[in-house]
Formats: sequence, C-alpha cells, structure tokens
Amino acid sequence: MRARRFWRNGSRIMAAHSTAAFTADDFKGPGDTPVFLDADGKHHPEGGTMLGFWLYLMSDCLIFAALFAVYAVLGRNYAAGPSPKDLFDLKLVALNTSMLLFSSITYGFAMLEMEKEKRGRMQLWLAVTGLFGLCFIGLELYEFQHLIHEGATPQRSAFLSAFFTLVGTHGLHVSLGIVWLVILMVQVQLRGLGDENKRRLMCLSMFWHFLDVVWIGVFTFVYLMGVL
Amino acid sequence: MSVASEDANVRGSGRDVHEEPGGHGSFRGYMTGFLLSVVLTAIPFWLVMSDVLGAPRLTGLVVMAFAVVQIVVHMVYFLHMNTRSEGGWTILALIFTLTLVLITLVGSVWVMYHLDTNMMPADHGMHMPAPQSVPVEPGTAAPPHQHQH
Repeated sequence: MRARRFWRNGSRIMAAHSTAAFTADDFKGPGDTPVFLDADGKHHPEGGTMLGFWLYLMSDCLIFAALFAVYAVLGRNYAAGPSPKDLFDLKLVALNTSMLLFSSITYGFAMLEMEKEKRGRMQLWLAVTGLFGLCFIGLELYEFQHLIHEGATPQRSAFLSAFFTLVGTHGLHVSLGIVWLVILMVQVQLRGLGDENKRRLMCLSMFWHFLDVVWIGVFTFVYLMGVL
Repeated sequence: MSVASEDANVRGSGRDVHEEPGGHGSFRGYMTGFLLSVVLTAIPFWLVMSDVLGAPRLTGLVVMAFAVVQIVVHMVYFLHMNTRSEGGWTILALIFTLTLVLITLVGSVWVMYHLDTNMMPADHGMHMPAPQSVPVEPGTAAPPHQHQH
C-alpha cells in the first residue's frame, strides 16, 4: 500500500528509480491477501490506446487479406467480359498512387508540427493531407464511374465483383479517414492541442499510413500485375 | 536516454511512455521514407508501362519484390515499427498477423487452384468403359460408374 500512495502522489522519483514495474508488494492487500483488482490503473500506461489501435489495424489487415485472397482466386474469371488489360488506365492509377503518397508525407509533417506544439501549421498540413485524400477518392470515383459507364459493373463478372469489393473497401477506409481527419481538425480548433487530441491524431496517423501500405498491395497486385 | 531508463518507462510509469507505433518521427526519417517510396513506386510503374523486361512473368516477380520492399519502408519510416515499441508487443502482433495473412493468401490460392483443375468440365466421363462391359454380378452394389449419370 505504501508504494501505491507514492504513486498517487505522483512522485516522479519513485517512477524513475523503480527498475521493475511491479513488486510482489503491489499485489498484496491488507493481511497479505493477493489483490487482483487494479483500481489504480497501474496496468494501463498511456501507450495502451496505441497498442489497442495497432491491434485493430492488424485485424483490419486480415479483412484486406481475405479480400486479396478473393481477388487472387477470382481475378481471372472474366465470364467473357472485359479483362484488366481492357479496363485499367495505368496513368490514372499512377496519379492516384502519388496522391496517397503525398498525403502520407504531409500527414508526417503535421505530426512533426504537433510535436513542436505549433497548432496552426499542424492544421495547415492536416488540411493539405485531407485535400490529397479527397483527390484520391475523387480519382477513384471517376475511375469507377468510367468503368460502370463502359458496362464493367460489379455484377458483370467474378473478376469485377472482386475488384470493386477490394478497391471499394480501401476507398471506403480512406473516405472514413477523411471524415475522421475533419472531425479532429474541428476538435483541435475548439479544444486545443491537449494530450487526448494528440493521442487521437497519432491513431489517425497510424490509420492513414496503414491505408497507404494496403494501397501498395492494391496497385501492385491488382493494377500492375493485372495489366501484364 | 539510456536503455535501462527507457525500458523502465515503457513497463512502469504511466506518464513517460514513448516509442508508440505511429508516434514520433523526425523530418529526416519522413523524407527518407518518402523519397524511397517514390523511387519504389516509380520503378514498377515504369517497368510495366513501357514493358522494359519483355517477359511478363519476370516483370511480375520484380514488381512484387518492389512492393514487399516498399511495404517494409512504410512500416519503418511512416509507422515507426521497431522491436522495442510497446515492449515488443506491436512487432509480435505484426508477425502473428503476417502469418495469418500468408496462410489466408497461399491457402486460398492453392486450394482453389486445385479445385478448379479437378472440377474442370473436361470430358472425364467420355473415356470411361461402357457400363455394359463391366460385369455386374447379381446381388452386388451398383456399378462404379453409376454416379456419372
């Protein structure tokens, strides 16, 4: 109990000098009965959210793995319809890819400004990131609209069903990322750049960079290898 | 910051936890990652669009290799993956996920490829011996080719 009171008082000396996080005493209540309830929240250092969010991203990764597997299995079943060679415009995909890549680096710049506590410049970089994201979504919607106009709809063949599901799910993620970004920008503007908002911005940073990683798989596996 | 005190921070105190995934980076780190990924994106597009290698199979393999390298670059420079963040739990989760991803992808392709091959509407039934050539003894079960009908 003595150690716990030290904790509540926020003694930084205690924190700095303890090499082991928990001692046997920490788990003993009065009369040497073990205490399993962690009322003080000692088991939850601040990085807990980041680890939890990372685990969410990993589960999201499994969703994309399943969709990639579906595309790998069905991607050559054209049902006498159009093939990737007929449909995909690599110049458009290259432009799209560069949009996402630029948005990744601008988000990185926003995070650097956040660490320097420069709210205005951070908001500026976040806005640029959002614009690149919107360009990406806009180009993707243009491509989808173009495909559907040509009769290459999701219900045309198994290949097109798999294609629209995989690329559409990624696009949906990016769209929701933009919504999240706008909400966080408003939040930061209203409430300032506190610890909570920093944590949220770091979660979104991971989300955004993760979507970029998934897009590497999409443009390689679906577009480049499809056109070969 | 020494290794020992950093370690104590990660495991112990509530306030001073750093080294989160997705957390801090440097301008240099972000620029390195960005330039590397521009190069690693441009080369595969160039290889495919101007058909440099001439052999689709080889181009496919090279493009895949570039993708793997670029994913690693993003993981290191943008997502700040390392073996120390969160006391190693992020990298452990990542390795576990990659294992599952590999099983999902390889397993699906493998199983479905063989299923496709075996279920081809080829003329399997056509070359079977005619049913009447199989001697059917009274009292035995149906002839083996009965299921073809």
